[in-house]
Amino acid sequence: MSKKTLVEATINGETVEFLCEPRQSLLETLRDVLELTGSKEGCLTGDCGACTVLVDGRPVCSCLMLGVEAQGKNIVTVEGLAINGVLHVLQNKFLEHAALQCGICTPGFLISAKSLLDRNPKPTEHEVRYALAGNLCRCTGYDKIVKAVLDAAADIRSQGEGKAAAR
Amino acid sequence: MNRFEVITPADLASASRLLAQDGHVAFAGGVDVLDLSKQNVESPTALVNLKGLKELGGIEVRPSGELRLGAMAKLSEVAEHPAIRARFTAIAEAAGEVATPQIRNLGTVGGNILQRPRCWYFRNPDVNCLKKGGDTCYAISGLNRYHAILGGGPAFIVHPSNLAPALIAMRASATIVGPAGERTVELEKFFTLPTVDPKRENSLKSGEIVTEVIVPASPSSVRSHYLEAREKQSFDWPLVSVAIALDRAPGANTVRDARVVMGAVAPVPWRSPEAEAALKGGPLDESRARAAAEAALKDARPMSDNAYKVVIAKVIVRRAIMSVAGLEAA
Ligand SMILES: Cc1cc2nc3c(=O)[nH]c(=O)nc-3n(C[C@H](O)[C@H](O)[C@H](O)COP(=O)(O)OP(=O)(O)OC[C@H]3O[C@@H](n4cnc5c(N)ncnc54)[C@H](O)[C@@H]3O)c2cc1C
Ligand code: FES
Ligand code: FES
Repeated sequence: MSKKTLVEATINGETVEFLCEPRQSLLETLRDVLELTGSKEGCLTGDCGACTVLVDGRPVCSCLMLGVEAQGKNIVTVEGLAINGVLHVLQNKFLEHAALQCGICTPGFLISAKSLLDRNPKPTEHEVRYALAGNLCRCTGYDKIVKAVLDAAADIRSQGEGKAAAR
Repeated sequence: MNRFEVITPADLASASRLLAQDGHVAFAGGVDVLDLSKQNVESPTALVNLKGLKELGGIEVRPSGELRLGAMAKLSEVAEHPAIRARFTAIAEAAGEVATPQIRNLGTVGGNILQRPRCWYFRNPDVNCLKKGGDTCYAISGLNRYHAILGGGPAFIVHPSNLAPALIAMRASATIVGPAGERTVELEKFFTLPTVDPKRENSLKSGEIVTEVIVPASPSSVRSHYLEAREKQSFDWPLVSVAIALDRAPGANTVRDARVVMGAVAPVPWRSPEAEAALKGGPLDESRARAAAEAALKDARPMSDNAYKVVIAKVIVRRAIMSVAGLEAA
């Protein structure tokens, strides 16, 4: 039996300490140890993107990272998007555009889209599709998701140069 | 998945000592290591974490124009680097076409060139094929639509790396540190055919670590390009890929020097001296591009289900040449 390792990381803005086994993925750690069940398990092989989280600002598959690798990292999951119950503009636009049906892919799409808009508040449709290429959706056919992201970008821009995008 | 420990070595020498032990595996981005462990194809007892070894980090274009890619540089960093995009275009393009944004943020240069093949018999824990010490390559009589059309035998895997053909087209070498000290090997010679050892794809020895990849300065007259064909547009392993580097005298349309390296067609990244020769000598136009593509596939020996890859490879090679030459692709 492997010993558990103590890990300290920043998760959704809070410093968190937790114990995990070396072989536990970051996804398992988030869901089973920290009870952050927003990140979903689809394939566990890097194919579907349902487990996407931001690590130091970059989207990664949390199923392909170990929990122990979170040591010292800044992690954002879908639970970190809404602040004090106020939804992120991307979440509102997903609702408005009906960009989800069963919803299992949505947390991953939101995180990938947030990472795109944080870096590029004026993406073209092509850039949106390139940034979302690692997220699979079996229900929507993608168009509504792409429209929601483009609309969120427009919204952020109209709310003032970069101000709304900063959070 | 079996239980393993994760060891973070203090320095390169201890990492190398650890990796010389049985059951110890280098852990870079971890994408393929975890994939193989979860599927019980490999069962490491310890992962030796390469993150944090300073010799392995960073991307740098040196004053001489030479490019240094630390083995732990992320694929996304390579794809986005402005100087790599401008002067080593094929390398940036190859990195940018790997998998998904999420995987490019995890996967590293070293891990990408050292990843194991995607062959479904190799990846199936219940099949003891030639690559795992068995005596049969099941692709020969089985399902082989993604397998080798060149250089196959006795195993018929294809080399899966996007980056390797592009690095070889740009004449890259790897720096390797191990129990016997440091050595430098041209990447073209680093990958080995199954005739050498069907269980392996390269000549890395026990305890050895790739620390960096060095790409020599590329004259401004060189243009390079990476192109792949795949089934799924969003992301997929290539059915066939090619990296081309062409050197033309300024203002002239004749090729002084050419490198043509295909991926996903053979058990190693497949350089084609025949295509390179066909590109040299006369003016570069569509018929020369077509002749080079024919030459590249002249020795192809398709298997029962993959003759289509020969056709696709010819198209991809021709289009890549046309694109580097600035000609309209037909
Ligand atoms: C869904 C999916 C799609 C993909 N599509 C593509 C694709 O289209 N094209 C493509 O090229 N790849 C593709 N990949 C593969 C992916 O690019 C590789 O798995 C990844 O690059 C491996 O890098 P890593 O740093 O995670 O390596 P790791 O998994 O950490 O290591 C891979 C291997 O190399 C060894 N190793 C790593 N670094 C070193 C070093 N410095 N010295 C010595 N040994 C070392 C490890 O021990 C291991 O054996 C895909 C992967 C997935 C999951
Ligand atoms: S669960 Fe991680 S990519 Fe599918
Ligand atoms: S909404 Fe069902 S998978 Fe995307």
